[in-house]
Amino acid sequence: MLNKSLVSITDYSKDDYLKILQIAAEFEKNPSQKLLDGKIVATLFFEPSTRTRLSFESAVNRLGGRIIGFSDANSSSVTKGETLKDTIKMVTNYVDLIVMRHPLEGAARYASEVANVPVINAGDGANQHPTQTLLDLYSIRKTQNKLEDLNVFMIGDLKYGRTVHSLLMAMSNFNPTFFFISPDELKMPNEYKIFLDHHNIKYYEYREFMPIISEADIIYMTRVQKERFSDPIEYEKTKNAYVLSNHMLENTRSNMKILHPLPRVNEISLDVDENPKAYYFTQALNGVFVRQAIITSVLGMK
Amino acid sequence: MKDKQLIVNAIKNGTVIDHIPAKSLFKVITILGLQQINNQITFGTGLESKKLGSKAIIKIADRYFLDEEINKIALVAPQAKLNIIRDYEVIEKRVVEVPDHIQGIVKCVNPKCITNNEDIKTKFTVVTKNEVALKCHYCEKITDQDRIVII
Repeated sequence: MLNKSLVSITDYSKDDYLKILQIAAEFEKNPSQKLLDGKIVATLFFEPSTRTRLSFESAVNRLGGRIIGFSDANSSSVTKGETLKDTIKMVTNYVDLIVMRHPLEGAARYASEVANVPVINAGDGANQHPTQTLLDLYSIRKTQNKLEDLNVFMIGDLKYGRTVHSLLMAMSNFNPTFFFISPDELKMPNEYKIFLDHHNIKYYEYREFMPIISEADIIYMTRVQKERFSDPIEYEKTKNAYVLSNHMLENTRSNMKILHPLPRVNEISLDVDENPKAYYFTQALNGVFVRQAIITSVLGMK
Repeated sequence: MKDKQLIVNAIKNGTVIDHIPAKSLFKVITILGLQQINNQITFGTGLESKKLGSKAIIKIADRYFLDEEINKIALVAPQAKLNIIRDYEVIEKRVVEVPDHIQGIVKCVNPKCITNNEDIKTKFTVVTKNEVALKCHYCEKITDQDRIVII
């Protein structure tokens, strides 16, 4: 994977996923390996994303690399009207790797074509966020000891949630059964259902999760955002139907784990946090190991 | 009253593009860049057609097209037929075929796509050909037949 940018989860094959997960497991055992000694990484955040940026910067620091960059477009020359192309062309002279987040979709692909160094996409609008998907895969495998044949519940906003779309594509390599639970307005888009049909992967759609929750191996929660609803009354009616609280977990499988890309608002009650089935904070920690693995692979070190 | 008819002469050498849907005529002209060439060009539109209802035809003298040039018009005129003329004779008939990849020509339907916000040539992969659907190389969104806008 030498000098190969990671822009979209579909840039990587199943073998690539497995290789990244294996390298990430090595970093989990031994997080401080100074492989980036003397290297400089740019973190270009054209829109703020504290969690993702800190996770990347933690990964680079643990690898002994140095970081330059900006955390929102206001502190860059974008405010002076500089094009993305010029920003990337300039930065590419200074660094060995670019990590970027941009509000426009396709920005990372374009940057990877303009840059002379590899680009890792840390989110381009509603399109892709591949490092999130890889850390989700890592978390699933770590908690279930396998990726194959799992019942994966996706709950909440399945229409606009890019994390569920990318996870769906990636998990499709491992014969899952999907359970999509969402309000009618936020159902899984048809293009993804067609994709699953093509790959002979089973999926079911529900409006409520309680009747079926005992079937879940993984519950992947997402935020139902008010601004996604055309009708505010509809939002008020549905918002509480997609909240997970501790008492709901009584009849769930012992291996079941709850994942969430974070930030959480109110879709997982605080009383769930102490339940051993809550995995979202450890999931975020796994993000550092997975990003160490991705950075060193992209640079051809692993 | 005497019938008056403007007769468009047959061309000696060149290409005749027939069976263009009337509404797509100017799109075809744009896609092939016919405004920029100095060849003798005649076109007719609003002509009766059993297949298309109303069709257009373009005759371009002394100009032949490569497959990859002409296939671009398949997006707006999938049933177009080409007659290649040499010395007043039709020496070859060709149909157009939707290509696998498209560069430029079409605008991405997604307003948040980078190509609609910076000066970047669009690139698409053609995912289906009968009902044309184009997947943007950059934002990965699908632009379908009904929403194709020619740049």
